[in-house]
Amino acid sequence: MRIFPVRGGVHLEYRKELTSEKAIVALPLPKILLIPVQQHMGAPAITMVKVGDSVGKGQVVARGQGLVSAPVHAPTSGKVVEIEYITAPHPSGLPQITIVLEPDGLDQWAQLPDPIADPFAATPAAIRERVAASGIVGMGGATFPSAVKLGLGARNKLDTLLLNGAECEPYLTCDDRLMREHAEEVLDGARIMAHALGTAQIIVAIEGNKPEALASMTKAAAGFANISVATVPVQYPMGAERHLTLAVTGRETPARKLTADVGVVVHNVATAKAVHHAVRFGRPLVSRVVTVSGHAVAEAKNVEVPLGTKVADLLAFCGGLSSPPARVISGGPMMGQPLPSLEVPVVKGTSGILALTAWESNEAPAQPCIRCGNCVNVCPCGLVPVEMAAFVRNEKLENAAQIGLMDCVSCGGCSYICPSHIPLVHYFNYAKGRLNAMDRDRRKRDLVKTLVEARGARLEKQAQARKEAAAAAAAAAAAAQAANPDANRPNP
Amino acid sequence: MNTAAQRSAPFAHAPTSIQNTMSTVLLALIPATLFDAWLFGWPAIVMFLTTVGSCLAAEAACLHLGKRPLQPTLFDGSAALTGWLLAMSLPPWSPWWISVIGAIFSICLAKHVFGGLGQNPFNPAMVGRIALLVSFPLQMTSFIAPRPLMSAGAPGLGESLAIIFGGHANLDGISAASALGYVKTELSRGIPVSESASHVPNLMDMAMGMHPGSFGETSALLILAGGLFLLARRVISWHIPVAVIATLFFMGSVFSAVDPGRFTSGSFQVFSGATFLGAFFIATDYVTSPVSKPGQLVFGFGVGLLTWVIRSFAGYPEGMAFAVLLMNALTPLIDHHIRPRAFGRTRKGDPLPVKGE
Repeated sequence: MRIFPVRGGVHLEYRKELTSEKAIVALPLPKILLIPVQQHMGAPAITMVKVGDSVGKGQVVARGQGLVSAPVHAPTSGKVVEIEYITAPHPSGLPQITIVLEPDGLDQWAQLPDPIADPFAATPAAIRERVAASGIVGMGGATFPSAVKLGLGARNKLDTLLLNGAECEPYLTCDDRLMREHAEEVLDGARIMAHALGTAQIIVAIEGNKPEALASMTKAAAGFANISVATVPVQYPMGAERHLTLAVTGRETPARKLTADVGVVVHNVATAKAVHHAVRFGRPLVSRVVTVSGHAVAEAKNVEVPLGTKVADLLAFCGGLSSPPARVISGGPMMGQPLPSLEVPVVKGTSGILALTAWESNEAPAQPCIRCGNCVNVCPCGLVPVEMAAFVRNEKLENAAQIGLMDCVSCGGCSYICPSHIPLVHYFNYAKGRLNAMDRDRRKRDLVKTLVEARGARLEKQAQARKEAAAAAAAAAAAAQAANPDANRPNP
Repeated sequence: MNTAAQRSAPFAHAPTSIQNTMSTVLLALIPATLFDAWLFGWPAIVMFLTTVGSCLAAEAACLHLGKRPLQPTLFDGSAALTGWLLAMSLPPWSPWWISVIGAIFSICLAKHVFGGLGQNPFNPAMVGRIALLVSFPLQMTSFIAPRPLMSAGAPGLGESLAIIFGGHANLDGISAASALGYVKTELSRGIPVSESASHVPNLMDMAMGMHPGSFGETSALLILAGGLFLLARRVISWHIPVAVIATLFFMGSVFSAVDPGRFTSGSFQVFSGATFLGAFFIATDYVTSPVSKPGQLVFGFGVGLLTWVIRSFAGYPEGMAFAVLLMNALTPLIDHHIRPRAFGRTRKGDPLPVKGE
């Protein structure tokens, strides 16, 4: 299959061998599960249970609200013991409404929706509805509600479902293992999604450093004429949606548009497996495969983890920490998030828990930029990070935006390669946050201004109307007087 | 676990550092430097050490004045590299005060006045060399014929110290013109290039370095080897050196074909003077050259063209240093106008059109 060149990119220290040969093992049920009501992009789900309720496995404990949202299900059967604000698995360390579930150990399924017997005879809407009700979100880490993405067929002319098995982040092997061990389930989920999207062909894209996954997916795809498996180059960030689309189809997504605008929808392989379970068995998303790795972990593993498991419990299952880590990260080292503590839960987007030693993360104080231009060479978005960073450092955010700041995908390639250890992406994330906040403020001000102006106009119109009415009344009175001049005159 | 200083990913880093980069460049210079030390003997070695030492001292003094820590800046290799390159661009037997004044120009004026490492608009070593050249033209063009170590008549260490620090060299007796200088002088006397070029060392000797010239510029082949090493280690890319050398060769070839009496040939342009040193080690200076590859091609083309123009028409026989400084001045302009095309956008920066819209 022809692969198209993608500009920039970095060759990383992958360190996938720590876990790539470790088959997925199931985590025994932990003593307590912390279930945040927001594990997805969009509006937080609304709590549907109260303290003391008994819930079955897969029962909805919080329902989605609005267009972009997702429900949350009980990962096992048990009792709701608390609903409170608990630290979220996010670097801010801010608390979030969290349902605390005490498993009863029975792990008994609640009443589940019926399996869809023949998904390919079902309407796309029915599939989307099932995916939405099952709480499935993008499991590569973006956590965008999958059902919304499956609805893109209504708006765009789509021809390709691109199944993302690139797994370009170092350390992570959860998708690799999933493709090796559950290729049929992944492909079945992909076929169901393609049916919902109305796309004729499915392309599975896997980086060349996963030969076993490539082999097992190719074998599973053998019976289907419309499924092809593409080997993409090992070049970070190959797994980024737009870049993968370009590499596999040669189509470049215009800035500020979606890949759907060039006829392609990208879904992660773990998402496909979740769709398979939701449609074929009615099972909602209650667990996921997490790669636990890094040299500060005693036994690196790939673990099937009930959502809501505390990171501390997961690490304990992996033999605990063998040395004090410099960083504990959720996700991959390139785009993952540092964890505020080990008491936070595994959520739908947690692809990895990495405990990295100081030599692995290789952090160092920033030195002056020597303009080596490496950041320009590696930027997959064709930006000039050195110049954007200079603007951001001087708080000239608008200038940074003019040269493409908002096109940056925060892949981390520039920070990774920088000989001066300048935290470029940190600058860019700061600037993007500030610009977004400023944009929100501006829109709010504009709205207020519009409302104030509308109110002014309304009041003026009312005053005018009153004046006109008064004038009309006066005129009527005057006319009446003229017609009968003596009417008001006192009797002599 | 580091939760206090939260920052964005990535939490992985390539094994790169400023020190690595600088020491790789220094490593690449070692073969040519050793050869030239042998070629020009003890005085050149003393001159080299004086220059590098002066640059390190100037760096330390500037950091001290600016109340900045000496670590890690003094030892990141950048000041040593500036001193090294400056020494390579000086006549081998330059007196000590040339080295000291050069260091002050390079490090204090060209680098620290602008804010230190990474902030200087002009290549510090070349600013030092040019300032010396226009201030002390006699000393800066007093080249000597090669006098290899251990050869008959080569000065010993004691004599060398006297030459460099005591001003005891009788340069008149031993000085020789560089090939570029000789051709230029002869041309001004009305002797055509086609004739004078036959009296300069042949191309083989020029490539090997067996001819008079600045300390580090004579051995074209060893400099080239160092440059190729840098290319292989990906410290530099091919864009600037190839553009510089190709432009020089092209201009030399075309014009010498048109008027062989007036212009030297392309291969003479490439193998004489500081072409290789300039193309691989001076023009490729990160700080003062464009950051994008297309920008670097334009930059290299400019350096090559200006070098040829200065060599052919201006008063100075060698134009590499001037050309690099002139193009340094254009670097911000080149960076502003020549950018990579952003993903999903046209060259002008507008989003690509959506098909069917």
